[in-house]
Amino acid sequence: MDVEVSRGAQSIPRHSKEHKACYQFTQQSLPACKPVLTPAWVITTFLLMGVIFIPLGLITLHASENVVEIVDQYDTECVPEAFRSNKVAYIKDKLIPKNCSRYLKVYKHMKAPINIYYQLDNYYQNHRRYVKSKNDRQLLHGFGYNDTSSCKPEESNNGLPIVPCGLIAWSLFNDTYTLIRGRSELQVNRKNIAWKSDRDHKFGKHVYPFNFQNGTFVGGGKLDPRIPLSDQEDLIVWMQTAALPSFRKLYGRIEEDLNADDVVVVNVTNNYNTYSFGGKKKLILSTTSWLGGKNNFLGLACTSVGSSSIFISMVFLLLHMKSPRPYRETSYLYGWKQERHVQLKR
Amino acid sequence: MFSVTDKRLNLNIIHATEAHIHAYSSLGLRTLVVGMRELSASEFEQWHSSFEAASTALIGRAALLRKVAGNIENNLIILGASGIEDKLQLGVPEAIDSLRTAGVQVWVLTGDKQETAISIGYSSKLLTRTMTQILINSSSKESCRRSLEDAILMSKKLTTVSGDAHTTRGSSGDGITQLALIIDGTSLVYVLDSELEDKLFELANKCSVVLCCRVAPLQKAGIVALVKNRTADMTLAIGDGANDVSMIQMADVGVGISGQEGRQAVMASDFAMGQFRFLVPLLLVHGHWNYQRMGYMILYNFYRNAVFVLILFWYVLFTCFTLTTAITEWSSMLYSIIYTALPTIVVGVLDKDLSRMTLLSYPQLYGAGHRQECYSTKLFWLTMVDTLWQSLAVFFIPLFAYWRSTIDTSSIGDLWTLSVVILVNIHLAMDIIRWNWITHAAIWGSVIATWICVIVIDAIPSLVGYWAIFEIMKTGRFWLCLLVIIIAAVTPRFSIKFLYQYYSPCDVQIAREAEKFGNPTMSSPVQIEMNPVMDRQRR
Repeated sequence: MDVEVSRGAQSIPRHSKEHKACYQFTQQSLPACKPVLTPAWVITTFLLMGVIFIPLGLITLHASENVVEIVDQYDTECVPEAFRSNKVAYIKDKLIPKNCSRYLKVYKHMKAPINIYYQLDNYYQNHRRYVKSKNDRQLLHGFGYNDTSSCKPEESNNGLPIVPCGLIAWSLFNDTYTLIRGRSELQVNRKNIAWKSDRDHKFGKHVYPFNFQNGTFVGGGKLDPRIPLSDQEDLIVWMQTAALPSFRKLYGRIEEDLNADDVVVVNVTNNYNTYSFGGKKKLILSTTSWLGGKNNFLGLACTSVGSSSIFISMVFLLLHMKSPRPYRETSYLYGWKQERHVQLKR
Repeated sequence: MFSVTDKRLNLNIIHATEAHIHAYSSLGLRTLVVGMRELSASEFEQWHSSFEAASTALIGRAALLRKVAGNIENNLIILGASGIEDKLQLGVPEAIDSLRTAGVQVWVLTGDKQETAISIGYSSKLLTRTMTQILINSSSKESCRRSLEDAILMSKKLTTVSGDAHTTRGSSGDGITQLALIIDGTSLVYVLDSELEDKLFELANKCSVVLCCRVAPLQKAGIVALVKNRTADMTLAIGDGANDVSMIQMADVGVGISGQEGRQAVMASDFAMGQFRFLVPLLLVHGHWNYQRMGYMILYNFYRNAVFVLILFWYVLFTCFTLTTAITEWSSMLYSIIYTALPTIVVGVLDKDLSRMTLLSYPQLYGAGHRQECYSTKLFWLTMVDTLWQSLAVFFIPLFAYWRSTIDTSSIGDLWTLSVVILVNIHLAMDIIRWNWITHAAIWGSVIATWICVIVIDAIPSLVGYWAIFEIMKTGRFWLCLLVIIIAAVTPRFSIKFLYQYYSPCDVQIAREAEKFGNPTMSSPVQIEMNPVMDRQRR
């Protein structure tokens, strides 16, 4: 049968290379390599993965440990004793002063630039209706665009349109921090905290806030109507909605070093209402590394992947040495079942 | 024919002709007896008028025509008998042998006489001298029932005597007495569409060969229906004449042979071929390849889509149960169009688990399909468990890595998109058996195309995630996440696959190893063994 077919195949005239390639494709006889998993390859692969991942994990952990991070949760501490039982009333009351001082101890030398973040927990900036509640064209072009229906209910107030509209802008974070070390105030650089692409292409240079935060419900901070949106970096940072319910946003940078055992006094104005939904606010001072902030998870994940690879390769090696299966032993084929039983009994 | 001859003539001639016919049919020739009668003009006129009346009758035309024909077809004088050799095609015995080794039950349904059919059975190696033949030629329902019951008892006795504990349906080999059932069309009239069908089926299961002779075209279809309705197995009918059309259409797969008997069978069939022996590559090579490809592709497609959707689902748990999608809508749509479509198609079309030569020389490998080795409920649920693990790895590793960081929705969405596409393609790459340049181009090309698409999508200012990919690619955490995700997701599958292949390999796996590492017995040219299967133990 086969002999006939191949004879027929040879009689097909092969004019050119394209013909030959086409013929190989249609007859399913393209040259191919057929890798087969052998114990040697598999054990080597797992060993190699272990050898790569364990050092990688250790390096990552080391980098993460080297990041110096000071975390201070101030939302409960900054509420005066009298109002601890009714924090919502406290935060909503405009007459009570919201100033508060926090003392942060630097436990290790921190090299400049040091990032200042505010962290919010249990805050779902990724809620679907929240994420949709803005209008990109209005942010870029201002009054020219009337169709701001996606911004409801923060679309207009007293018949006048709101710029920037929407819930994301309305809920702008408005706690402020002033840092003092020793006697002098630390210079906090509040420029260049947002992405350059956002400043240039998403927020207009000639769009100014208008009728903002004038309604009965106050969601967050106010904006200076004299500064164009592309320079309102707090707003830009805030409007880049976070992916996860527990997130940080950049507040500013300190361009000097902080020495170990320094005490930094932070004057916080505790304006933002996270009390009505059980959210938390924290202030973070952190250095950065190639890995970003302080996060041990990736280092641990790498190390565990590496060590499980080594473990698996050891297990396979033991199994292989204990009961190797010779390759290409066709008597193991199902069709010759009786022979296989005979073989194993030997 | 002999019933309508003139008995007054020399009985010796009639007996001699009968003997000759018997001899011809034992040789496998198709026999014809020719006879004649002279009619006078008046006789003819009389008959002709009654014939015309019968042929234009509105009620009971067939019975009237039979009666009129019977009036004139009597008292014939025998002129002679002829025997025609209907040659078997080239390669038929080897083909039948291959198919039976592959575990396919071969039944022959023919309109010829019993002796002709038996002699053809011997010449095509369907029947052997060592087989015990069970003949059923009954003329009434009762005798048919009795014959079937006797045959079933005998077959039970024979199979228990040889002490075989494990037999597949009509299994061949290893010292059991093989049974051949030979049944003719007149008996089938009583069997089909009655309660005797079950008995026939039970008996046919115990026999390794079934030969039906003097079968009418509709009875052929009836026999195929008998098997189809009682088992989950697939039936294939192959024939070359117009009398095979109903059988071809009744079977699950109908094959028509285009040849000297015209193209009726071809037009009614699913597959058409020029010669009977081409059935063997159709089943053993292409059938096997297509089964493996389709089975794998179905499982892979379930996995590919489920992994993507599960990632979107896990994210919902962290968005306060609102349906925010981190992955942009453009990427969600392009996932099935550009990112992962081409490798699926290329592998489903071009991948082969074994070479043509191996499959033809070892028909037992066809049994992989019977044993559901490429697609079964167990395999499906295993795939789903693996899918669940992979989606957990892809989702939760970035989640924990970026918890409490400044990441925004679009950036983490890009990370998930890229990692799921690379993962799905690497999963496919692990399972590909044969790598040619087209496969390489499809897989690595898709990954590169995905990167390009994600970069292009993030370079359009009017979309939400503007410039996200560039910002996140600058960080080391992104690349590390990508690496850890791929390795963590794929490792369980890889280890379990290796364990299965090494410690409980299926036939196909052993054949693959033999192909690659060159077992001398496998790479020799195809030897057509004409010995019965029992002789294999001598090896």
